[in-house]
Amino acid sequence: MEHEILFAGFGGQGVLLAGRMLVYAGMMAGKEVSWIPAYGPEQRGGTASCSVIISDEPVGCPIVTKPSALVVLNEPSLDRFEAAVRPGGVLIINSSLVRRKCMRTDVEAFYVPMNDIAAECGNVRYLNMIALGSLACAIAAVPDEFLQKAFVKQFGGKPGMVEANRQAAMIGAQCIKNARRMAGVR
Amino acid sequence: MQDKTSKGQLSVQQTPEKIFAITEGLQDTPTHYCPGCHHGVIHRLVAEVVAELDVLNKTILVEPVGCSVLAHNYFKMDCVQAAHGRAPAVATAVKRVHPDAVVFTYQGDGDLAAIGCAEIIHAAMRGERFTTIFVNNAIYGMTGGQMAPTTLEGQVTATSPYGRSGAHAGAPIRMSEMLATLDGAKYVARVAVNTPANIKKAKAAIKEAFARQLRGDGFTIVEVLSACPTGWGMSPVAADKFVGESLMKYFPLGTIKAAEVETHGA
Amino acid sequence: MSEKVLMKGNEAIGEAAIRAGCLYYFGYPITPQSELPEFMARELPKRGGIFLQAESELASINMVYGAAACGVRAMTSSSSPGFSLKQEGISYLAAGELPCLLVNVQRGGPGLGTIQPGQADYFQATKGGGHGDYRLLVLAPDSVQEMYDLTLLGFELADKYRIPALLLSDGALGQMMEAVRLDHEVKPVPDKPWAVTGRRDRETLNVVQTLSLDKDTLEEHNRVLQDKYALLRKNEVRYEALNTEDADLILVAYGISARIAKSAMAKARAAGLKVGVFRPITLYPFPEEALYETAQTTKAYLVTELSCGQMVEDVERVTHSQQVHFYGRTGGNLPCADELFDQILRIMQGKEVGGRAR
Repeated sequence: MEHEILFAGFGGQGVLLAGRMLVYAGMMAGKEVSWIPAYGPEQRGGTASCSVIISDEPVGCPIVTKPSALVVLNEPSLDRFEAAVRPGGVLIINSSLVRRKCMRTDVEAFYVPMNDIAAECGNVRYLNMIALGSLACAIAAVPDEFLQKAFVKQFGGKPGMVEANRQAAMIGAQCIKNARRMAGVR
Repeated sequence: MQDKTSKGQLSVQQTPEKIFAITEGLQDTPTHYCPGCHHGVIHRLVAEVVAELDVLNKTILVEPVGCSVLAHNYFKMDCVQAAHGRAPAVATAVKRVHPDAVVFTYQGDGDLAAIGCAEIIHAAMRGERFTTIFVNNAIYGMTGGQMAPTTLEGQVTATSPYGRSGAHAGAPIRMSEMLATLDGAKYVARVAVNTPANIKKAKAAIKEAFARQLRGDGFTIVEVLSACPTGWGMSPVAADKFVGESLMKYFPLGTIKAAEVETHGA
Repeated sequence: MSEKVLMKGNEAIGEAAIRAGCLYYFGYPITPQSELPEFMARELPKRGGIFLQAESELASINMVYGAAACGVRAMTSSSSPGFSLKQEGISYLAAGELPCLLVNVQRGGPGLGTIQPGQADYFQATKGGGHGDYRLLVLAPDSVQEMYDLTLLGFELADKYRIPALLLSDGALGQMMEAVRLDHEVKPVPDKPWAVTGRRDRETLNVVQTLSLDKDTLEEHNRVLQDKYALLRKNEVRYEALNTEDADLILVAYGISARIAKSAMAKARAAGLKVGVFRPITLYPFPEEALYETAQTTKAYLVTELSCGQMVEDVERVTHSQQVHFYGRTGGNLPCADELFDQILRIMQGKEVGGRAR
C-alpha cells in the first residue's frame, strides 16, 4: 500500500512540519518514507506545500503529482491541486479559510474548520496539528502509537506542548470520524 | 676584521670573519628576475625578517601568479601556490588550519588589485591573521608589460599604448588606503626599496607586520612600491628614479594604519 | 544496528562529512543546497571545526585548495551556476593532487536556469569541467542514505588516490527527507607527509604548486594523473544492476532519475515486460565493462536524465548498441513513473520515443 500525500497551504501554516511528523511516524512504524517540500524563492506568506510518501515498497520519485490524499489549508491550494487527486482519494479541506466546496465527486472530501478549532484550542498555531490528526485518521497510514511518538519527538523538549498538540490532533481526527459516521461510511 | 699574522699576512688556518651571507630564509640559488627588478630585494627583506623573528620553520608562503610565481624556488619555506588573485583565500584556509604558523601572501598589483580584489578585501574584512606583501610595480610584468589597475595616468604600457587615460581606464587604485578603512586590517603601510634608506624603512614595516601576526593581530599588509625596468622600458637606475619621482607622488609612503594592539586570548 | 533518523539529503552530507573528520567547510549560499552550509555553520563550531562563508564560489574553492594543501579533510558545496564558478579551482586541486570533497546539488540550466532539480552538469562533472586533462571521482547517490554513505566514501577515496571527489546530487535529493542509518565505520585519515605545515622538523620543504615551465616535467605529471585515473577505472567502479540478466530493455539512469526508473521497472515487470535498471553509482569511472556486458543479452536501452541527453552519450559509446533511446525532462520537471512506463511501451512496440529530439 502506498500513500502519496500532498500538504498545501500558506507559508506559516505549518504544512511542512505536519508532513515531517507524519513521515517520522511512518519511519518509526517501519515503512518506507519520504518528505520533500516544494521549494522556491523565499517569500513570507507565499504558498507552501510538501509531498509525503508512506509505502511498503521503496519510494521512487519523492515528488507527489497524483496524491492519494490531499490536505489544503487555503483556497488557492484547493484550486491548484484538486484536479490532481486520484479517483477514490481523500481530500481534507480547511473549511475555515476555504469558502467553496470540492467539485470532485470521485473523492472522499472532508471539511474541517481548522482555524476555528485551533482558536478554540487557544492558539491558531494548532492548525497544522488539526490537519495532521484529520489526515492520519482519514487514511490510517500509520498506527496511532507511532504518531504519538512523533509528538513526543517534536515537542518533548517543551513541557505541556506534547499534550496540547496531541489534543489538537485528536480533535482533527474526531472531525473525520464524525463526518464518516454522518455519511454512513463506517 | 680579519686576523693577521705578525707579518701582516692572512693566516690560512683562520677563517675570515663573515661580513655578508645570504639569509637562511632564502635558498642559495640565482633568481629569474630581470636586472634592476625589486623582487630580489623584497624577497630578501621578508626572508631576513622571518629569520630574525626565528619563525622560519613555521612560516608558510602563499605565492601568486605573476613574476613571483616561482618564489618557492627562492624562499626556504613550505609553500602553496595559488591561482591568480586567490592567494588571500588560500592563505585564509592555511592560517585557519595552522593558526600557529606564520602565513603570508606575496602578491603583485595585477594579482591583488585586479583579479583578486574581492579576495584581498574580504580577507582584510574578516581580519584574517596573515600578512600580505603587496608588490606594486604599476604593471603586469610576467605577461609582458600590460596595464595594471595601479598603472599611473599617462603611463605607456602594452595595453595602454597611448598612455593610461583616466577617462577611459579610470584613475589608479590605491589599495592600501582602501584596505585601511576595514576594521579587520590592523596594520597597513606603504614602503619602497629604491634607495638604501627606503630599504631600511621597508624592512622595519615588514617586521612590524609579521610581529603583529605573531601577536595574533588581525590582517596586516605592507605595500612595496617596486621597479619593473623591463616592463617600463627603462634602465634600472631610471626605474629607481621613476619610483621616487612618479610612483611615490601618487602612492605616498608611510604607515597608513597601525591599530592599537589588542590583547588576544588565544 | 543503529536507529534510523530522518534527514534532508543536504544535511546527511554534512553529518557524514563531519563524521569523516572533515572539519573545514567553505562555501557560498545558493539554492537548492543551502541546508548544507547552514548545517555546517550550526554543527562545525560545536564539533571543533571551522565553517566559513566566503565572498564567492571562487574564494571558497580556493579556501578548500588551501586547506587540502595543509593535509586536512575539507569540502565545499554549491549548485550548478555556483559550481561552474568553482571550475578553475577544481582544475588546480586536480593538478595539485589535493584530496577534498566537492558537492554539486544540481539544478536546471543553462544560465541562471531554475532552482528546481536538474542533471545537466554531467558533462562538466565527468569530462573535465575546468581546463586541462583531469578527471574527478564522481559519485552519484540516489537516496538520502547514499548521500551519507557516498560522502564517507568520497573522502576515503579522495585521500587514497589524492584526487578531488565530487558528489553529484540534485535539488530533489538535497531537499528530500528520508530515513538514514548513521552506523558506518569511518576509516582513519591516512598520513599526508606531503602536506604543507611549515617546515617544522622536516629536512625538505613541502611545496604544493601546479606550474611546470619544463615541457617534459608537465608531460610526466600528466602521465602520473592519467595512471591514477586508470587505477580508478580498474578498482573503483560502482553500479547497481536490477533485473538486467533477462531484460529486453534496460533503463539506464543515475541519481533521482534512477529512483523513477526503478518505479517504472516495477510497473513494467508487473505488466509482464522484461525490463531492468542499470544505475551507475560512479559516473567517473563509468561502469563500462558491466554495462557492455548487458549489451550481449538485452535488446535496447532507455536512458533517462533530467537533461537534454548527456550520460546517454556514454551509454552509446560503451554499449555500441543501435537501440539506445533517450527520454529527458528539463526545466526542473521530473518525469513520473507512468511517463517512463509509456516510453517503455513505445519502445517495446517499436515506436519513436518522445521527450526530446535525439
